[in-house]
Amino acid sequence: MAKSKKLRSVADYDRARKEASAQRNAYEARISIGCTSCSASDGRALLEAFQAEVARRGLQEKVLVRLSGCHGFCAKGPLVVFVPHRICYLKVKPSDVPEIIEETALKNNVIDRLVYRDPKTGQKCQLESQIPFYKRQLRLIMDYNKRLDPRDIGSYFAIDGYEGLIKALTRMEPEDVILEVKNSGLRGRGGAGFPTGFKWEFCRKAKGSSKFIICNADEGDPGAYMDRSVMESNPHSVLEGLIIGAYAIGADEGYVYIRNEYPIAVEHIKLAIAQAYEAGLLGKDILGTGFSFDVHVERGAGAFVCGEETALIASIEGRRGEPRQRPPFPATKGLYNKPTNINNVETLANIPLILTRGGSWYSHFGTRNSKGTKIFSLVGKVRNTGLVEVAMGSTFREIIYDIGGGIQDDRPFKAVQTGGPSGGCVPAEHLDQAIDYESLSKLGTIMGSGGMIVMDDRTCMVDVARYFMSFLRNESCGKCLTCREGTQRLWEILDDICEGRGKPGHLPLMEDLAHCVKDASLCGLGQTAGNPVLSTLRYFRDEYEEHISEKRCRAGVCKPLIEYRVVAEKCVGCLLCKKACPQDAITGELKQAHVIDGERCIKCGLCYAACKSDAVEHVKSRDLCHA
Amino acid sequence: MISLLQDIQEAFGYLPEAALKVVSERTGRPLVDVYGVATFYKLFRFKPRGRQLLSVCLGTACHVRGSAQVAEELGKKLGVKPGETSADGEFTLETVNCLGCCAIGPVVVKEGRYHGQVTLKELGGLVKKDGSANGDGRAG
Ligand SMILES: Cc1cc2nc3c(=O)[nH]c(=O)nc-3n(C[C@H](O)[C@H](O)[C@H](O)COP(=O)(O)O)c2cc1C
Ligand code: FES
Repeated sequence: MAKSKKLRSVADYDRARKEASAQRNAYEARISIGCTSCSASDGRALLEAFQAEVARRGLQEKVLVRLSGCHGFCAKGPLVVFVPHRICYLKVKPSDVPEIIEETALKNNVIDRLVYRDPKTGQKCQLESQIPFYKRQLRLIMDYNKRLDPRDIGSYFAIDGYEGLIKALTRMEPEDVILEVKNSGLRGRGGAGFPTGFKWEFCRKAKGSSKFIICNADEGDPGAYMDRSVMESNPHSVLEGLIIGAYAIGADEGYVYIRNEYPIAVEHIKLAIAQAYEAGLLGKDILGTGFSFDVHVERGAGAFVCGEETALIASIEGRRGEPRQRPPFPATKGLYNKPTNINNVETLANIPLILTRGGSWYSHFGTRNSKGTKIFSLVGKVRNTGLVEVAMGSTFREIIYDIGGGIQDDRPFKAVQTGGPSGGCVPAEHLDQAIDYESLSKLGTIMGSGGMIVMDDRTCMVDVARYFMSFLRNESCGKCLTCREGTQRLWEILDDICEGRGKPGHLPLMEDLAHCVKDASLCGLGQTAGNPVLSTLRYFRDEYEEHISEKRCRAGVCKPLIEYRVVAEKCVGCLLCKKACPQDAITGELKQAHVIDGERCIKCGLCYAACKSDAVEHVKSRDLCHA
Repeated sequence: MISLLQDIQEAFGYLPEAALKVVSERTGRPLVDVYGVATFYKLFRFKPRGRQLLSVCLGTACHVRGSAQVAEELGKKLGVKPGETSADGEFTLETVNCLGCCAIGPVVVKEGRYHGQVTLKELGGLVKKDGSANGDGRAG
C-alpha cells in the first residue's frame, strides 16, 4: 500500500477517496481470500500461492489478489471470491491456484469442483449470492468484509469509509449525532442491550473536562467470535465508530481493550490506528475541524470478568480486574475517575452505517424494540458453521435450518445455547421463536454477545451445565462470597450428578443455590451465573432425573455412566470403528461382527460416531449395574 | 502495568521473580501488589515454558465437539496436566477458553499454528518433537 498522505481537510479526503477507488477499478479482476477462521486454516499460504502464480504469469497489472475480511462461511473456508464475476470457491487449497488463474481469472470458466453444491437439491451455486447460507442473511456489516483489505485504509476509503465521521464532524453538532443514534434504536451488542444513544447522552451530560471512550473487544463468551471477525476484517469501521462516539460524548482519549487470544485482530487494529494517524483521522485537529482524539490499544490477559465495565476499567488502570459497586456508573466516574463510555465492537461497527444512511433507515430493520441486525456465531453441531448476520426478529429455525443447513449428520436437534455463560439453552419447542432481546429473556436466556451453540441428541444437558459452571467457577473473580463459593458448589453438585453420585435432593438444592448466587452477587457475572443451571433444569429436568435415579446418560456423554458395545446383529463388519479407535480396543475381521474390549476402551465415542449402521450403542455401565 | 507484564512474558516466556521485583521498583508499587495483579490473569506463567506451546481450546463450541477428551488425551500422551511442561522440556500444555475459530472446533494451537477439527487419532502427530504434525491445520 502506498503510504497515505496526511489529509488536512475534507477536500483532501474526497481526493484520497476518489484516488483509492480509481486505483481499485484499474484492475480487471480482483480475487479476495477470506481471512478469519480461514487464516487459521492457512488462508495466508493460499494468498502466497496466488501472489506467486500471478507474478509468474506477469499478471500483476491485471489481477489484484488480496486477503480480505471474513466471509463468514467458516465451515467451508478458505473462501475465494472473484470480482467482478462474484464467483465463489470453497475450501480452496494452494494446489488449486494455477488452475484457478488459468481457467477463471483468464478464461472466465468456472471450476465445478470448487463451487458450492446444495446438499438438499444437488444444485451448484457459482455465485456467493446463490448459496442458501448467504441468501437468507441480511449482511449490513458483514457484507463489507469481502470488499476490503483490512490492512489497507485506502480500500476502506474506496467503499466510502470514514464518510460517517466526516459528516458528523462537519455537518452535525454532537447532540445531533446522539439524536441520530437514538432514532436508529441501536442497542448495545455487548450483552445487556442498553440503548446506545441514551448511554452516549448520559456521558455527554456528565460533568468533567476530559472524558474517555472505550471499545470493549474483550469478547470473552466462549464459542462466540463475531467481534474477532469484525476487528480483523474491518477494523476501520470500528475505529470510525469509536471516533464518532468520542465526538458525540466529548472524549479526547480512547482505548481499545482487546483480547490477547486474538493476535490477528490485535495486529489489524494497531495497523488501522497507525494508518488513521498517518491520514490525519486521529490526533490533533482532525481534518482541520478542531476536534482532537487519541486512541491506545490495551491487551487483555485472559480474564472473562474483564468484559464487565468496571473490571475492564480496573484492568486498564493496571489493577486486578475486579468489578466494583455501581453507581457511580462509569458514565460519571469511570477510567481514572473521569466520565467514561464503553461500547462493544459490533455496536461501534453499526455507527458509521447509521450516520451515513440515517437513523430512520436503520430502524426499519428488526422488531419493535430491537432494531437493526445481529451477527451470531453459529457453531456446534450444525452443518454450516460460521458467522451469520440477520435482522433482529429472525427465528431460530431460520438461522439453524435455512442458513445453517440443519444439524450435522441429520441428527435430531436438542437445544441451542445463547448468551454464553450468562445465557441458557432453548429447546426444540421454541425453534419458531422470533429472536430479540425481550423474547430471549422470556425464554430464560439472553442475547448476550451473539454466541449460538447448536446441540443434538448426543449432547448431554447436565454436562453442558457442568461445563458452564466449571467456566464460571474458574472465572469468578472471587470478590463476592456467593459467586465464588456458589459457583464452586454448583459445579461440585453437577460433577456428582455426571459422575453417577447424584442424589434426589440435589435438584432443589441447586435451584436454591442458583437463585442465591443470582440475588446476592455484585456484578453481571454472578448475577447471571445461575442461568445455565436454571435454564437446563427448566427444559431438561427429565435428563437430570435420569442421571440421578437411573444413573443413565441418554446422550452417552457422561463416561462413568456408560459403556460402548457392538450389537452383533447390526454390525456389517466394515472395520470403520476399528480404524477410528485410538486405543486399538476393537477386534474383528472384515465382514465379521466386531467386539470392543472394555479394558482398553477409554469411552471416547469415536467408534460410536464412526459407525454407519448404528451398530455401536452405549449402554449403562456394568460397574453401575452391579453397584 | 499489564502491558508491562505482557512484554516481560513475551521476552522470557514467563514472569521471573527478579523481573517482578524490577517492575515493583520502577512503578513504586509493592511487590505483593504486582504479584497480585499478575496472578489474577490467566495469561501469566510463573514457570518457564517448554520449547513448544500446545493450547487446547475448551470453549463451548469446542466442548460440544469433544475438546475435553482432546485435552485429556494430550495430557496423557505428554504425561502432564494442563499448565505443566513435559519432562523433556519440549511441550507445555495449556487450555484456553476460546480462540475465536469456533466454527472449526475442536481446535488445538501448536506454536501459533491452528489445527481445526482435531481428532484423537491425530494427537500422536501433534506431540512429535520435530514439529510438523500430520494434521495440516485445515478445516476438514
Ligand atoms: C462478566 C461479564 C462479561 C462481559 N463480557 C463482555 C465482552 O466480552 N464483550 C463486550 O462487549 N461486553 C461484555 N460485557 C458487557 C459489558 O460490561 C458492557 O455492557 C458492554 O461492553 C457495553 O457495550 P454496549 O452497550 O455497546 O453493549 C460483559 C459483562 C459482564 C458482566
Ligand atoms: S470454542 Fe474453541 S475456538 Fe471458540
